Amino acid sequence: MSDPTGEARPNALWELTKARLREFAREKGTIFWVFGFPLLMAMALGLAFRSTPPERPRVALVLAPALAGESTAAESTAARAAQGLLQSPRLQTEQLSHEQALRDLARAKVDLVVEWDGDRPVYRFDPMQQRSALARALAADAQERALGRPDRLAIAEAPVSEHGSRYIDFLMPGLIGMNLMSSSMWGIGYSLVLARKRRLLRRFAVTPMKRSDFLLSYFLSRSFFLLIEIVVLLMFGRLVFGVEVRGSHALVLGVAFLGAAAFAGLGLLIGSRVENTEAASGWMNFVQLPMWLLSGTFFSYERFPGWLQTPARLLPLTALNDGLRGAFNDGGTLWQLRQPLLVLGAWCVVTFVTSGRLFRWY
Amino acid sequence: MRSVPSAVAIRCRALTKRYGAQLAVAGIDLEIRSGECFGLLGPNGAGKTTTVEMLEGLTPADSGEIELLGARWGAGRDDELKQRFGVQLQDNQLADKLLVEEVFTLFRSFYRRGKSTAELLALLDLESVGRKQYGQLSGGQKQRVAIGCALAGDPDLLFLDEPTTGLDPRARQELWAVVRRFRAAGGTVLITTHYMEEAAALCDRVAIMDRGQIIALGTPRALVDSLGLVQFVEFESPDAVNAAELEQLSCLESVERRGEHYRLRIDRSLGSLATVLQELERQRVTPVGLSAQQATLDDVFLQLTGRALATENGKTAVAEPGS
Repeated sequence: MSDPTGEARPNALWELTKARLREFAREKGTIFWVFGFPLLMAMALGLAFRSTPPERPRVALVLAPALAGESTAAESTAARAAQGLLQSPRLQTEQLSHEQALRDLARAKVDLVVEWDGDRPVYRFDPMQQRSALARALAADAQERALGRPDRLAIAEAPVSEHGSRYIDFLMPGLIGMNLMSSSMWGIGYSLVLARKRRLLRRFAVTPMKRSDFLLSYFLSRSFFLLIEIVVLLMFGRLVFGVEVRGSHALVLGVAFLGAAAFAGLGLLIGSRVENTEAASGWMNFVQLPMWLLSGTFFSYERFPGWLQTPARLLPLTALNDGLRGAFNDGGTLWQLRQPLLVLGAWCVVTFVTSGRLFRWY
Repeated sequence: MRSVPSAVAIRCRALTKRYGAQLAVAGIDLEIRSGECFGLLGPNGAGKTTTVEMLEGLTPADSGEIELLGARWGAGRDDELKQRFGVQLQDNQLADKLLVEEVFTLFRSFYRRGKSTAELLALLDLESVGRKQYGQLSGGQKQRVAIGCALAGDPDLLFLDEPTTGLDPRARQELWAVVRRFRAAGGTVLITTHYMEEAAALCDRVAIMDRGQIIALGTPRALVDSLGLVQFVEFESPDAVNAAELEQLSCLESVERRGEHYRLRIDRSLGSLATVLQELERQRVTPVGLSAQQATLDDVFLQLTGRALATENGKTAVAEPGS
């Protein structure tokens, strides 16, 4: 039983796990795709969709030449109304000639043309354009106030610009979810297929290696990198964009692990039979495609038509994103997140049991 | 430690394996003694690999019996059995990014007893590349790493499946040295090859396989001698050789001609060699590149199957005679 050299026998699970970690860490490309790429994407999207105040509607003011000449007459209705328009902080108003104003309206350089002719203003705008409709309402309000209309209600405005409701707050959990999906699936599925293709699985099968040690080493090494991935993305979000976890960090980690396990299961399923790497890539993309489209990583899937929402919710990435967002942005509790967690758990059970049946060492 | 020399390491009886309509292994009986180096010889597709993988427990046999180191597969002690033999598989690649010593430590960790990484590196002459990544090694070095993995558990029995295919002569020699070292320590080896000279150089006994069957079995010497005590005289000659007159010589068994290339099969004696040379001189033939050779296992294969087992650049081509 004892080693003749007196050296302690290395532990198989630990050696297998170290081998996985080393293979991963020494592959130049993977480090970039797993860690660098999601950071770049977060940076690009975070900057592109930075929250900026909406642009004020642009209004072209046209005064008939006769009125323009009279503009010194403070009593003139048109002049007072026009003054109100020009001074309104909610509008960008400039005075243009009739022709110029119509040209600019046609080219959408202005949202609204207010033309005073005689004693009433004509509002020219495209009612299909949201901003034109807004401009029309604001312009009317500004002119009425300038002519002395009192406000009957004293309105209190409470502007909301909290952290947690910006686009980047929505995006970061989604990016983490998507990253977990691709790294877990590729990390497990592709490398299993590669090992089968190189007849490494076959080679291990003629040693007394415990097969459970082998599969466990995949999950241990994935879990290790999973931790790094999450920490890197969380730190990045926090330092660069001030994205904060409003719920418990433990819950975020728990959701992430369960999600990663579901994707590891999918990877295992693909890796259980496929023999060549091209077919493996095909399967990976085939499985991931619907989730790229439907799982609301970049934009909420709640904008999709109703019949699409239920199937979308059953996808593991949707569940993972919902779970992460719940824990991140809404400070959700375990109980509140039960639905996405159940979906992820179901994916785990189904994929692991099926893989157990299908898996071939050679 | 090792089993008694007379004990049987591998025994199989009436072993068969069918892939679809093709009978890959058609009823094979083998008995390989402990401490022996046994060669399975034959062209690609002869069923060598299938046979070996059935013995290793990788491929289930359709029928027949296998006894390996006194045990049977599927008797609930498979893992115990796997502790005691090592395997080098054909076309097997390890992880490119792992260092050689890491690969050895990994394989060592699967076995209860075994050799340390340092011992393996020394045994395989790989000390200089111990800290190199597997993917950066030469073909010969990779093959030795594969054998090092097979030896990591300090096995009694070693399976080698075409270990030198595609290697240059020097790498082949280095690998043979490793096999001899393992044997010197009392190990049993089952090796498949399509290189006849490899079988002759390494093996105590050889079984020649063709189309799923063993067509000859014995020591390399005995197999060669089974052709009769013959030798071959080969030469090229632009002048026409009168074959009919050559065949009048009593020591000459046959003349084979391919263009300007002649191959004479004669009795294995210096006297018959002299007789043939005198006859060529009498015919005023000036032979180019004259050589006299003992018969080899290639000739045995040719004799048994009517096909040549020509080996070139590591590829085996079974050529019909006269083609």
